Amino acid sequence: MSILVNKDTKVLVQGLTGKTGTFHTEQALAYHGTRMVAGIHPKKGGETWTAGEGAGEATGKELPIFAAVGEAKEATGANASVIYVPPAGAGAAIIEAIDAEIPLIVCITEGIPVMDMVKVKARLEKSKSRLIGPNCPGVLTPEECKIGIMPGSIFKKGNVGILSRSGTLTYEAVFQTTNEGLGQTTAVGIGGDPVKGTEFIDVLEMFLADDETRSMIMIGEIGGSAEEDAAQFLKDEAKKGRSKPIVGFIAGRTAPPGRTMGHAGAVISGGKGGADDKIAAMEDAGIRVSPSPAQLGKTLAEVLKG
Amino acid sequence: MNIHEYQAKRLLHSYGAPVAGGVAVYSAEQAEEWAKKLPGPLYVVKSQIHAGGRGKGKFKELGDDAKGGVRLANSVEEVVENAREMLGNTLVTKQTGPAGKQVNRLYIEDGADIDRELYLSILVDRTVGRPAFVVSTEGGMDIEAVAEETPDKIVTLPIDPEKGVTDADSKKLNRALKLTKAAAKDGLKLFPILYKAFTEKDMSLLEINPLIVMKDGHLRVLDAKVSFDGNALFRHDDIMALRDKSEEDEKEIEASKHDLAYVALDGDIGCMVNGAGLAMATMDIIKLYGKEPANFLDVGGGASKEKVTAAFKIITADPNVKGILVNIFGGIMRCDVIAEGVVAAVKEVGLKVPLVVRLEGTNVEKGKQIINESELNVIAADDLDDAAQKIVKAVEGN
Repeated sequence: MSILVNKDTKVLVQGLTGKTGTFHTEQALAYHGTRMVAGIHPKKGGETWTAGEGAGEATGKELPIFAAVGEAKEATGANASVIYVPPAGAGAAIIEAIDAEIPLIVCITEGIPVMDMVKVKARLEKSKSRLIGPNCPGVLTPEECKIGIMPGSIFKKGNVGILSRSGTLTYEAVFQTTNEGLGQTTAVGIGGDPVKGTEFIDVLEMFLADDETRSMIMIGEIGGSAEEDAAQFLKDEAKKGRSKPIVGFIAGRTAPPGRTMGHAGAVISGGKGGADDKIAAMEDAGIRVSPSPAQLGKTLAEVLKG
Repeated sequence: MNIHEYQAKRLLHSYGAPVAGGVAVYSAEQAEEWAKKLPGPLYVVKSQIHAGGRGKGKFKELGDDAKGGVRLANSVEEVVENAREMLGNTLVTKQTGPAGKQVNRLYIEDGADIDRELYLSILVDRTVGRPAFVVSTEGGMDIEAVAEETPDKIVTLPIDPEKGVTDADSKKLNRALKLTKAAAKDGLKLFPILYKAFTEKDMSLLEINPLIVMKDGHLRVLDAKVSFDGNALFRHDDIMALRDKSEEDEKEIEASKHDLAYVALDGDIGCMVNGAGLAMATMDIIKLYGKEPANFLDVGGGASKEKVTAAFKIITADPNVKGILVNIFGGIMRCDVIAEGVVAAVKEVGLKVPLVVRLEGTNVEKGKQIINESELNVIAADDLDDAAQKIVKAVEGN
């Protein structure tokens, strides 16, 4: 099994016709034939998009473009949407997908105004949709489905669940577990923004419930209290007898307080959100925290050997 | 992006918040001219720099017993005297760092008769994804100290973005701040005004410390600190016009022109990385092996050769940099593009310090080949651990 996405996931692309949307849709098609089914553009409904050479074997594949998400869902039976719309319009794009009752929405866009995400979050709470991101690398289940911008070549089908607030650190964890021969069930980048659709806890719950996922790597960073909340959740679940080996890492030990480190969410303010508190909370919950981002795979292999 | 106190007050005043009469000045002459137009008899002369703790701050050029960055004056003459002493000098506060900040503007304000000092701020509470008021009866002091010592005196109230500030919300805030009579009436008006300003202008922080109850029983915004969400500035030209570049690091301004996320730090190993998380982790691993990073630099996901060259120039322009670590895990970013950028930059600006390059991911072989064939003095590294160890060793060897 896997979580969130598999070979049956049918994906719409909001922002398909742009450079980024085109590039990554071709990559997704090339990755074990991820089922990309349509694009959305308010002014280009009725046109067709054709995959270029980046799509490998799927080069020349045509996707219909619809003017609205609802219409596209009805015509194609899509159950997921990926968003590459630029920041100014991305909030509205997410809301359109929520209104169309798309079950899984993955927003890759970086730089969405926080206030737009506040509005999205309020709508999301009253809906049945799940939002991953924004400002995230997406979700990938090896050899089945690639939504977003993760490089498919570093993945290998296996049994480690990977969840991360950072894009490139997700790749480190994937690459290292591949090199250790462990492979992944699914990798989920939840995104680096302060207000987002899915938190660590939600993904941990899914990985705990997934039989094929035998262990996990969780990568956090400074700012907020998502890692502390996740640690508390794992402690509570362990009391109920649900637990799996987890290796963790926190980026930003050396970041100075009050400054935003690239990710809008990565800022330590008011003495809260520091790396040390997070590491302590995670270790207290039984997570083996690696001091080095280069030792994630090796550390997990050690933990699994016991 | 931050703005000055006087700009923040003007903005809040435009929404109807009660602030004192005041004016920003750049010279002692202006201070005299404008102070005469204020009613008196009490004036406040406030240094305008983007840092807190001004009142307790010290001017570098003046003696230890000289007054701080916020001063009371009982006459126009005293205003002018203080303005002469403050303007052009360097104010060091607990937020400026030891280098301090030069005071180029002052804000001369009408004094107030203070009965009580309160704390009020609005920010986005990330745990609930909503804007929230944070209030306390313990105003006028460091709110972090209050949070540490008497956390029960701080009240947080998240606001439903679909309803805005309701009367019930305002009454809760009044109770939390122990506001009664005229002050409570003022509160019912003020809280929705502040929330409107916060949301309409895409603020990331609105902090009023202190909000005061005056002896006449009314509320007034005595200090105001406002920061804006950098991602929303595209829709606020009026706010962009308030930017004071003299308050920002020159290298950071240059980086923002090229759309690079850069933060200057105090160490001596320059870093160029793709992805914010990996950039932070790279800083951490340098520290793990005993050195300090000179900067945080994320070239982003889709960097071009030009962007990489610009990044390299910014790093090498920092005189503290004794070695450079390039760490790239190419996803969207192709290693060959990074390699070309590094080679072009080194050829243009020269290389006076050791350079370690670690490439992984998309087109890694092509990238390594470009570096090898360039015949530059580059130290290649296999993984992140190896890269960090090699750059630390190279810098220590020099």
